[in-house]
Amino acid sequence: MSAVTDKLVTTSTWRRALSPTGNTGDAVFRSLMLFVALLMVGIVVAMVIALATDAMPSIRQFGFGFLKGQAWNPIKGEFGALPFIYGTVASSLIALAISVPFSLGIAIFLVEQAPHYVARPVGFLVELLAAIPSVVYGLWGIFVLAPFLRQYIQPMLAHLLGWTPFFRGTITGLGLLTGGIILAIMVTPIISAVVRDVLAAVPGSQREAALALGATKWEMIRVVLVNGAPGIAGAVILGLGRALGETMAVTMVIGNRAEISPSLFDPSYTIASAIANEFTEATGDLYLSALVELGLILFLVTFIVNGIARVLVWNVTRRTGGVGRAA
Amino acid sequence: MAASFTNVDRIRRANSAFITTLTALCTLMAVGALVIIIGHIAWQGIGSLNWQFLIDRPRPVGEGGGIGNAIVGSLVLLLISSVFGLPLGICVGIYLSEIGRGRLGGAVRFIVDTLTGIPSIVTGVFVYAIIVVPTKHFSALAGGVALALIMIPIVARTTEEMLKLVPHSLREGALALGAPQWRVILGVVVPAAAPGIATGAMLAIARVSGETAPLLFTAFGSRFFPESLNQPIASLTVQIYNYAISPFDEWHAQAWAATLVLMTLVLGINIIVRFLTRKRF
Repeated sequence: MSAVTDKLVTTSTWRRALSPTGNTGDAVFRSLMLFVALLMVGIVVAMVIALATDAMPSIRQFGFGFLKGQAWNPIKGEFGALPFIYGTVASSLIALAISVPFSLGIAIFLVEQAPHYVARPVGFLVELLAAIPSVVYGLWGIFVLAPFLRQYIQPMLAHLLGWTPFFRGTITGLGLLTGGIILAIMVTPIISAVVRDVLAAVPGSQREAALALGATKWEMIRVVLVNGAPGIAGAVILGLGRALGETMAVTMVIGNRAEISPSLFDPSYTIASAIANEFTEATGDLYLSALVELGLILFLVTFIVNGIARVLVWNVTRRTGGVGRAA
Repeated sequence: MAASFTNVDRIRRANSAFITTLTALCTLMAVGALVIIIGHIAWQGIGSLNWQFLIDRPRPVGEGGGIGNAIVGSLVLLLISSVFGLPLGICVGIYLSEIGRGRLGGAVRFIVDTLTGIPSIVTGVFVYAIIVVPTKHFSALAGGVALALIMIPIVARTTEEMLKLVPHSLREGALALGAPQWRVILGVVVPAAAPGIATGAMLAIARVSGETAPLLFTAFGSRFFPESLNQPIASLTVQIYNYAISPFDEWHAQAWAATLVLMTLVLGINIIVRFLTRKRF
């Protein structure tokens, strides 16, 4: 009789312990964790508020004209963001144009072709490229990549493609092209890592079906690529987000001149470089405020770009996972 | 007819072989880039590296000098950022894995993910606005907080992934023994995932030890050994940057040597972590 009562008592305490509200310790712990999690949301909100507040003088003064203004002359009080926006977008697009084919190649090789004992160590080596600090890429860019481009690559490009407006002008080794190439090396491990995950999430049945129909290896890979297309798009956009906000390496090789020139040999300037170079030297509230507004623009753009990328990558892993189960 | 089929077939096979070779080539070039960069750093850096260089502080051009204060400064900054960043990051990870289910959990995960992508220079501007402006001076504390903000989302996501690897039977077993959820999480789940969480923390430390942009106008830099957390402080990365863009060959050589020290730290952590996790998974 007493044994049965004991059992009942233990069951009910066990049940109460399971329910989150039944235990004071649980309530405290859960609310503490929730507080810290909400702190993350708070940090993002605080970032927007702090940046917007400090950018307000510039926003009031220039309005939307700030985005279209072509002149950046702090001494005369002229602040236009267009040269920085152009430099940021152009260098990032050059980076993507170079790194996307490479990243796809690397991901395809590691997922579809290399045997396990090759894919693991080689995959790690490619990931190590992402571990190299930005300032180290910059140092290498100044003293190794820029002289190499000046001596061999840029004269060749000028010779072959000099009739277009894109490969003209003084060859210095530093400029938009160099910035784009450094960025390409930096985002390749990031894009290829995400594409690897996406390709690995495509169910094996897709490959087997393609091969069973007589497809060659490459034709089979194309099926896999089509299956993972949204995820690959997400990976590319993720790389774009990274390239847009990259600071040190670009600052050290892009030449830092706020001009819009079609030639990739000419010096350019990105939003992040402008902040890095001029923030501590900015004299006057309006100058500082204009730089903070540049930061706000960069924050909003990368936030949106990253958000889109995450949604794309999540969807594809979920979607192909579902297809796999259905098959 | 039959002949044209085999022809098409041959082209398809040749095409396939060509492209698969091309992908191997892409991979080879990426690994080649890594080898070239690291090799060049080792070759350039080893020349200026000696004991005096590691313990001395910077001197004017022509008088030698070293990076001792920058090494100490970087370690202080890493310590400050770890004190703030690791506990907060681990708590967010616990929330995401164990508590935050449903819509709010998803929203927090999304915010944490996008926080990872915020350019570090913007984090620097933010910390400048909330710490440097009110206290009216650059400080080690501001630099550490900026690095912590970069650390938190990285630690949070790795902690979450590690906690999710802990089998459910462990949680159920502990709950069945009558432990409340907080005891289950802190006493069973987190210790089971501790090695994984620790490696995630090490990777986050490696990542922020290479950051330069957020330190430019928070920690700022200094040519002396640190004395207080309320003063500007030197760091390896900012030192490398300043020397790299200087016009002096001697400082360029010192930048390479400092880079060798930084890369040994960063790549060392990455390789050790890889070695440790290889056995477990």
